[in-house]
Amino acid sequence: MPNIKELNDFTTQVRRDIIRMVHKVNSGHPGGSLGCAEFFVSLYQEILETKEGFDMDGIGEDLFFLSNGHISPVYYSVLARSGYFPVEELNTFRLLNTRLQGHPTTHEGLPGIRIASGSLGQGMSVAIGAAQAKKLNNDDHLIYSLHGDGELQEGQNWEAIMYASAKKVDNLISTVDLNQQQIDGSTDDVLPMGSLKAKFEAFGWIVIDIEKGNDIEAILKGMAEAKSLTGKGKPVCVLLHTVMGNGIDFMMHTHAWHGKAPNDEQLANGLAQNPETLGDY
Amino acid sequence: MKTYTYTEKKDTRSGFGAGLAELGRTNPNVVALCADLIGSLKMNEFIDENPERFFQIGIAEANMMGIAAGLTIGGKIPFTGTFANFSTGRVYDQIRQSIAYSGKNVKICASHAGLTLGEDGATHQILEDIGLMKMLPGMVVINPCDYNQTKAATIAIADYDGPVYLRFGRPSVPIFTPADQKFEIGKAVQLTEGTDVTIVATGHLVWEALEASKVLNEAGISAEVINIHTIKPLDDKAILDSVAKTGCIVTAEEHNHLGGLGESVARVLAQHKPTPQEFVATNDTFGESGTPAQLMEKYGLNSDAIVKAVKTVIKRK
Repeated sequence: MPNIKELNDFTTQVRRDIIRMVHKVNSGHPGGSLGCAEFFVSLYQEILETKEGFDMDGIGEDLFFLSNGHISPVYYSVLARSGYFPVEELNTFRLLNTRLQGHPTTHEGLPGIRIASGSLGQGMSVAIGAAQAKKLNNDDHLIYSLHGDGELQEGQNWEAIMYASAKKVDNLISTVDLNQQQIDGSTDDVLPMGSLKAKFEAFGWIVIDIEKGNDIEAILKGMAEAKSLTGKGKPVCVLLHTVMGNGIDFMMHTHAWHGKAPNDEQLANGLAQNPETLGDY
Repeated sequence: MKTYTYTEKKDTRSGFGAGLAELGRTNPNVVALCADLIGSLKMNEFIDENPERFFQIGIAEANMMGIAAGLTIGGKIPFTGTFANFSTGRVYDQIRQSIAYSGKNVKICASHAGLTLGEDGATHQILEDIGLMKMLPGMVVINPCDYNQTKAATIAIADYDGPVYLRFGRPSVPIFTPADQKFEIGKAVQLTEGTDVTIVATGHLVWEALEASKVLNEAGISAEVINIHTIKPLDDKAILDSVAKTGCIVTAEEHNHLGGLGESVARVLAQHKPTPQEFVATNDTFGESGTPAQLMEKYGLNSDAIVKAVKTVIKRK
């Protein structure tokens, strides 16, 4: 049984990492990062079956692809604290010559990253390709991917969503971070997308909701259900209902912190709400 | 002067199809993807022999490029097939981020490049693709000249680890390179020796350059014809060695003069040995409907145009 308290403590530390990284360089994307902290911690600490070390091909292990690359702070923090690279390297986020580029990339050889993302809407196609490679390799491990909800406004997603069900890519679990926010406002204000559940189902996917997307127990339960639904001839979509900026009260429920760094005072406030657990880098 | 003849004409896209089929038999990691143009890309033989390694994507080129990038993760060597227009401009950002920046081993195989696509007109006749592709860091750009060379290039790029843009076309053109050639990426092929002018050509214009060299020879002008099948990385040395002898150069390509082979050659010459150069290429224009021969004549992309350019450039020496 997973130790939920330990996972929550891990998440608290990740929140600290996120706002400290973004504050230091006065740039980056804290809102979506905080909203997905519990998901990333659950994924890398409990869900993904991975091998020791890192290689690009990832044969014989589960793979994860981040499509909405701007939430790199949470990705980097969780990768570092899961052993992919030294935690101290979080100090280099967005600095010249860093492996921790503003958006994730393979270009600087950072362990854990298998594709560049940042220009939105490309990750699902990549995840599908990796899933089809797994089938060709008779590798029964799974592909996981994460997408922003606003990101689904990019048309390439719908090419990919249509293809995945048509080609029975049933070793893929694509999660949508349903925080209902994007840069210019709420998704309903910018471009209402209606029911994503109905849309994915109409495109032939199995869809499940995780209503409490910032609750680790709920995430683990929901993702276990998602995993149980793989291998049945259809791709699986998880609608993860999250709160942007979760865990730092003044950043929650707004798009305002999508791509904005906290000032000194705001950082202190945010850190006070999230006491150190694993040790700051 | 060495002369070239041919007994058969074939389309370069069929060379791609034959190369892909051979790869299907020899390299189990090669997979192929197509966006609803199997017949046009001549991919049937590979598909018939390796149905499990073929992915019909449908009319969704952006998705095809992303899936190709993903297939490399797991050790596959994906060859994507569609028209040059839909292989480049339509999917530039997907290629840029998911393939080039990510360093993925994808082979972007593009047919119906340039004006010789013919009657379908400018919507399908891309004349900007070499420029788009050569600007991407790390992207290799290859435009072979005939069936045999396209087949050899297709086979060769599977052994190269990294993204490649392979450009070929629709019309039947003379087969004049050897069937057993070894294709070396980045290595220019000198076809004739000459002392008065260097003609570097790529793709369908290589045969036209050879035809031009015969006419020039009869007029007492000795032309050195070089086949530049790889536009990036460019064989700087072959070009510089030749112009050291001839003192002037004509570049010939089925592409806009902006962004094409000619510009790449001009950069090398400007930096190392400023040399008079004339460009046989389209002049910042879209194409139009017509037969390939009509279009190549109207837009000045045939042996006559090369002869004319040579006479102009020699006067500038």
